[in-house]
Amino acid sequence: MDPATWALIWRNLWPMLVATVTQTIPLTAISFVFGLVVALLVALARISKTGPLSALARGYISVIRGTPLLVQLFIVFYALPQFNIVIDPFPAAVIAFSLNVGGYAAEVIRAAILSIPKGQWEASQTIGMGYATTLQRVILPQAARVAVPPLSNTLISLVKDTSLASTILVTELLRVAQLAAAPTFDFFALYGVAAVYYWVICVILSFGQSRLETRLERYVAR
Amino acid sequence: MTAETDVTDLLTVRGVRKAFGDHEVLRDISFEVPKGTVTAVIGPSGSGKTTVLRTLNALDKADAGVIGIGDLTVDFAEPVDRATLARFRAQSGMVFQAHNLFPHMTVLQNIIEGPVIVQKRPKAEALSAARKLLEQVGLEEKADQYPYQLSGGQQQRVGIARALALEPQLMLFDEPTSALDPELVGDVLSVIKDLAAGGWTMVIVTHEIRFAQQVADQVLFIDGGVVLEAGPPEQVIGEPTQARTRQFLKRILDPI
Ligand SMILES: Nc1ncnc2c1ncn2[C@@H]1O[C@H](COP(=O)(O)OP(=O)(O)OP(=O)(O)O)[C@@H](O)[C@H]1O
Ligand SMILES: [Mg+2]
Repeated sequence: MDPATWALIWRNLWPMLVATVTQTIPLTAISFVFGLVVALLVALARISKTGPLSALARGYISVIRGTPLLVQLFIVFYALPQFNIVIDPFPAAVIAFSLNVGGYAAEVIRAAILSIPKGQWEASQTIGMGYATTLQRVILPQAARVAVPPLSNTLISLVKDTSLASTILVTELLRVAQLAAAPTFDFFALYGVAAVYYWVICVILSFGQSRLETRLERYVAR
Repeated sequence: MTAETDVTDLLTVRGVRKAFGDHEVLRDISFEVPKGTVTAVIGPSGSGKTTVLRTLNALDKADAGVIGIGDLTVDFAEPVDRATLARFRAQSGMVFQAHNLFPHMTVLQNIIEGPVIVQKRPKAEALSAARKLLEQVGLEEKADQYPYQLSGGQQQRVGIARALALEPQLMLFDEPTSALDPELVGDVLSVIKDLAAGGWTMVIVTHEIRFAQQVADQVLFIDGGVVLEAGPPEQVIGEPTQARTRQFLKRILDPI
């Protein structure tokens, strides 16, 4: 590579890091947390014995999983303004990603909850716990052990999917790379840097995942 | 007035019915358990013994019938509100065949969970009570272990301590030893014997006929969804009047 390319890379390392830290990472983290809340509610609705609630949850999951994430982003950012709902790029991205994670993670959480033996619910009931307390103290801590590996995959996918937010004008990592490369068409260099940044985040997350899994396995016979 | 009327019944069961779909499992269960006594429930597999216990704790709600535990009497033919149901459940403690300990909590955490989280007792107080209970079931050195680190018999004894920690009026046991290796049965039974000696009122579903003979004040033989025979062990196990009871005992005492 010629020196001009190196200089271009060098000049953009910092702005791209700033975009990662101020946009990509917060976008991922906030969307993931909201997404998990949505997912838990949808999972509980899906499990519930109230027919319409369960059907609604199933419909939601089906729509989220059956439509492209890019279309979901476009609907929130470009289509809602038609109904006079105008949302800034960053919050629009948070909404779309949260709803998306909510749909995917709901099935994971549902399966994890259902994997906990009925005896755990019954034991909780006999010591006087209600539904919410049982979930919080007994079921979810155990379900977490089952859910962490697939949810980690969801999170790692989400890190990469946040690059789609560049299409709705969020100045996250990929968009900064695009803008920096545009004048000289030196896309290879800057997209390469972006790729490395994404990869580093994902490596760190994978490391965190195995740490968390070890922690959650502490009460299981090996 | 005879001497018996001085004895107050802690548990009174009248006409309990329970069906799963159109399978009528309990058809008309009635019995009483005087305070401070032990009742052993025996009967063939599938006769409804577990279901009887579960209705006493409202894990399964009886379709009809009246159950009184201590000062609370509930008529299950009527709708029962949540508060009453919670109070009713708190009257009894349940020990399961498969212990159902919380695997993600240590032994001590398992025991204080109910007192601290449900009964809102101060943690320090619950902890010291829990340690006393562990001593009582012979497991004080296991306080900080996880359930998977214990033998089946130890797990079952923790299950007993967990139920005792809530200080229920009535203890219910569903075949507490039937999932255990034979050499572990004795420890669990001896804990239950100690409880009997300590004046706990208990209902125990068991296949251990010898044990029932030793600790029970009353034996119920359940078959076909009714209490077919009830009385002191010398009578129900020693000289059963019903052919079904004799058949059952013969099969279980002399299986080959
Ligand atoms: N939740 C349920 N749904 C449907 N049927 C049930 C349910 N629980 C119990 N039964 C049925 O009720 C009958 C009585 O069951 P129960 O478990 O009370 O018997 P048991 O006397 O405890 O038998 P065992 O000695 O094998 O434990 C059985 O035929 C069982 O299949
Ligand atoms: Mg049974």
